[in-house]
Order: sequence, then structure tokens, then C-alpha cells
Amino acid sequence: MRPLDIIEGKVSVLDRANIDTDQIIPKQFLKRVERTGFGEFLFYDWIRDGEIELESNPILVTGSNFGCGSSREHAPWALQDFGFEAIVAPSFADIFYANCTKIGLLPAILDEEHCRAVAEAGEARVDVDDETVTCAAGVFEFEVELDVKHRLLHGLDDIGITLENAGAIDAFEATPGGGYGPVTTSLG
Amino acid sequence: MPKNMFEKIWETHEVSEGLIYIDLHLVHEVTSPQAFEGLRLEGRPVRRPDKTLATADHNTPTDGTMAARLIADELSRVQVETLERNCEEFGVPIYSLGSDRQGIVHVIGPELGVTQPGMTIVCGDSHTSTHGAFGALAFGIGTSEVEHVLATQCLVQKRPKTMRINYGGELGQGVTPKDLILATIGRLGTGGMTGYAVEYAGPAIEAVSMPGRMTICNMTIEGGGRAGMIAPDETTIEWVRGREGAPAEFDAAAARWRELPTDPGASFDSEVEIDASDISPMVTWGTTPGMVVEVTDSVPDPAAMDSPADREAAERALAYMGLQAGTPMTEIALERIFIGSCTNSRIEDLREAAEILDGRKVADGIHAMVVPGSQQVKAAAEEEGLHDVFRGAGFEWREAGCSMCLGMNPDTLAEGERCASTSNRNFEGRQGKGGRTHLLSPKMAAAAAVAGHFVDIRDWS
Repeated sequence: MRPLDIIEGKVSVLDRANIDTDQIIPKQFLKRVERTGFGEFLFYDWIRDGEIELESNPILVTGSNFGCGSSREHAPWALQDFGFEAIVAPSFADIFYANCTKIGLLPAILDEEHCRAVAEAGEARVDVDDETVTCAAGVFEFEVELDVKHRLLHGLDDIGITLENAGAIDAFEATPGGGYGPVTTSLG
Repeated sequence: MPKNMFEKIWETHEVSEGLIYIDLHLVHEVTSPQAFEGLRLEGRPVRRPDKTLATADHNTPTDGTMAARLIADELSRVQVETLERNCEEFGVPIYSLGSDRQGIVHVIGPELGVTQPGMTIVCGDSHTSTHGAFGALAFGIGTSEVEHVLATQCLVQKRPKTMRINYGGELGQGVTPKDLILATIGRLGTGGMTGYAVEYAGPAIEAVSMPGRMTICNMTIEGGGRAGMIAPDETTIEWVRGREGAPAEFDAAAARWRELPTDPGASFDSEVEIDASDISPMVTWGTTPGMVVEVTDSVPDPAAMDSPADREAAERALAYMGLQAGTPMTEIALERIFIGSCTNSRIEDLREAAEILDGRKVADGIHAMVVPGSQQVKAAAEEEGLHDVFRGAGFEWREAGCSMCLGMNPDTLAEGERCASTSNRNFEGRQGKGGRTHLLSPKMAAAAAVAGHFVDIRDWS
């Protein structure tokens, strides 16, 4: 994934709470077997029905519990492919949050008042390393786990990092009672 | 120091800090193709095919198409065929379309006995929380994480907080586990469990059957919860005993499982008390599972809501749902009935619905379908003659799959159609663009099919 450091530019606003991943990328677009090209289907029904307008900008500010529902990573893929590099909201659904961090799309949690200020400012600068969002209204801090930040800043792939630790996995598997089981999915 | 069940499972699976070992990885066709492609590009194998199990469910037609190559929709066909090819290439066991073990991923895991207490279980599907009903730590992951688990059998995971919801009392007559979880989400909100692994506990939970416990844990994600869990007990152990995937040394395994429940005095980050005897049959009125009322209530009035955000969301939901505030729920007329999904498609769910439908007919103008959760559920139901009851009442009897829960296959709602559904999500467009979904229990769905509108099932028995 691409390293993320400073994200700067105009802000798109979607002022609703509980936006679910079925809205972000409707089910009919989940049939593709590729990882790319989902941006043109972002919020497909809402945009096509004229319910929302959405400009492609580096930053999206939206409502609480963003990304709830289905675990489809197609949702962050679509947001990133559309042009967003950071999403700012008062809260995110757990799976969606994790999915974003795995692909180099920053989910930044600010309280509701600060989200509104960023939305009104219309432009902002997100500093991943400093954990700040700066706009005309001020400098607001968000938090990101240290290891997640490290991966985002350097564009690192989780799998490569874990495999460096393969010895620990081997040791775990060799321990009696390592994992719970025994179980096999080869049922014959 | 006393430990809760989550802590026991988490701590026995930590390979290193923040890296947990996965005992069972379930795979389906929608969220896996890009993960297998990632492995291929890096030349990585699947580390433990023997802890991985695949099936095709989201895209599969339920009309009797029994092989991937026969699927009419080209994109669906490619996705299922891609899964089959990937599983063959990487040595992953698969029960695809045409197998008598095929079915919804969260139905077949438990049914085959590969879902067991104490395990860590993941799948690229948010309803993986279902498996927590066995006292497992089970949750949904995204495709990048699917690739990570395929390659390493581990997952980088932030430790969630813990919540226990204690249900005192007992569920009233006609009130089901589906009502219990809908009422819980209604009370806590769709983000009320975010960041938590939730243990459902108390006498009302202990009295619930395994399928009912799966229904409860299944919908944990609709409250935002990372995982839902219920302590294993004799009900759990007897349910697993004798299944194909059950441990060979069963008694030794069962002895370990009996150690899993939360120790007396163990603490949680949050505790909630709910009186189960207060819960009524529930029906959703809006476009999130938290927009739910008792069937005896009316459609809520947005003007009476305190927060402007809630008011706005409710107004939008009512417009989408084509409902007027103040309309009694029992006066809402229906066009479609769907009994199925990973929430409510097990044999017990079908029995409950069939009991209501026996000797009755679906109301005029209602199009009703029942979709068993797996081929094994379908075979068991047919053995009992349930298919005759459903067909006799005017229901369509279909093949196993996710079907109309998410409309990725030919089973969808048309624009504006109103459906009583035993599934888990009433999001806009979920069952088909412009479709209007009301969530409820299998009994309530069956009764609504007969009446043509919602009814209070307690008046029927």
C-alpha cells in the first residue's frame, strides 16, 4: 500500500449518521473478483437518485458509526478509488475501521463539534504522524494506534510483518493446547 | 484472578501481543477472490488448509441450479467458479453449489461440528459473530485480513473491551430469541456495542436452544459489537456431540469446554441488565435494525424525538419505507415474506414457522418464500415433511443460500415492495433497490404471511 503522511485539500461532506456499507457500495458491485475500479460505484444509488452529491476530494467528513453493517472491504476500496485518503467522523464501525487501515485509508475520529468545524472550513490538512487535523477553525487531535500509524506512514503490508515472526507461530502451533481443537475441516 | 470468557479465549490464543491465532477460517466467494489473488502474487501458500473451510452462499441461485457453471448471471458464475478454482489450487476444503454440505457459511460451520467452544473463528463476513453462540470468539473481517489469515493463520487484532448483558426473567410465550436481540439493539442503538466483545448471559439466555443462541449472537454486529458470545453449557455440548467435525476424544474436549464460562467475580468493562420478561414480539419500522418497536406499537413520530439527528434520520427512514407516523404496526400491509438467512434458517426456525402455517394459507397477493440455510437443513426439513406444509400454505420452497437477505442472487425485492423478513438488515436497498424490509421472527413472519399484515403472534396461540 501507498504510504500516508500528509493529506491536504478540500473536504467533502456527508452529514448523516449510521451510513452502512450497503449504501457505500451496493451489493450488485460485489461480484467483481478484482480489487480495483470500485470508485465509480461509490454511493451508487444515492448519487444516481440525486439524494446526495459528492465531490472527489482528499478528505471526507461524515457522521457517527460510519461504515456499519457488512464487512465488505469493497467499501473502503471504493472510497479510496474515488479519491479519498482520509475520512473524518465522530465514530466508525469496528470492521470498517480495521479495513481502512489495512489499505492505507486513514479513519480519523474527532468529536462531533470538531467534525462540523472541519466540514464548515471546507479545507483541511491531516497529519498522520502528528495525529492532527488542521483547518481554519483550529488544530484538532485524533488518535491512532502506534502500530497502525507505523504501517500507514511507511505503507507496510501486515502479512510481511507477521511472517517475519513465523517462528512464533510455529512455536504456538507446536504447544499442546496451542489453539483450541483439535479440529480439521477435512471431513472426508 | 477471576477471568471472563473472552479473556480466557483471547489469552490462550495470543501468539504475541496483538497477534492472535485463528482456529477456524471460513471462506465464501464474495470476500475471498482478492485475498487468494494476493497470495498468488506474492507466491504465498495457505498456511493451514486444514483449519480453513469454504462454501458458496451469497451468489448462489436458490432455484435448483446445482453447479457453478450453470449459474445464469455471468458475474455470479465467475465468482463461484473462481472460489472453486482457488480452493483447488490452495488445497482448501470446499462445499460448493451441488454439494450436500453446501449452505450459508454460518449455518454449515456449526452443523458440521467444526464450530466448537473456545475457538477463535473468523470469516470475511460480519455475521461471523453467529459462532459465538458456542462460547467461541468469532468475528467478521475484511478481505485484507482474510488474506492475512490465509497466509499466517493469525490475525493482527486490537483487544476489544468486554460487555456483559444479563437477561433476568424469562421470555414470554410467543417471544423468541430474535425478539430478544432486536429489543436489545433497539435499546442500546446500532452503535451501542461498538468496540466490545459482548457476552449474553443470565437465566433467559441459558434457557435458549443452540439455534436461538446463534440468532442472538448473529445480530451482535447490528448493535456494532465486535463479537457476541454465550457460555458453553450442557446444551452446547450435547448439540456438538456426534457431529462430523466434533473432536474424536469428545469427553476430554467437553471437559475443557466446561472451563470456559466466565468465573464468578470476573469483571467487564460494561454491564447491562435487561429483564427478558419485559420483551414483546418486535418488528422494525425503519432502515436500521435499531429502528424497532413492539408489534403492538405504532410507527413512531419523528417530531417526538429529542435529537435533531434522530429526527432527521427517522423522517428519511419513514419516507423510504413509505410509512406514516402513528400507523399501528399491525395495520401495515405486506407483499413479500422471506424466511431464511444466517439469522433464522435453521431446522428449528423452519419448524416454528411451519407450526404456524400448518392448515393455513398465505393471504391473497402475498408472495412468500422459505430458503433453508443449508442443504442439510433442507434434507432434514423434507424428511419431516415441512416442505409440504410450506408448499401447502402457498410458500415457495427453495434451495439453500443467502437468498433475499442481500439480493446478490436472483432473489430480490422490486422497487417499493414491502417484505416481512427473518433476516438481519433492513438497510435501504439491501434486499433490492427501493425494497422495504421489516425484520421479525420466523413465527411472526409466518403469521404475517397468513394475515397479510403484521400480527401479534401471542394472539394466535
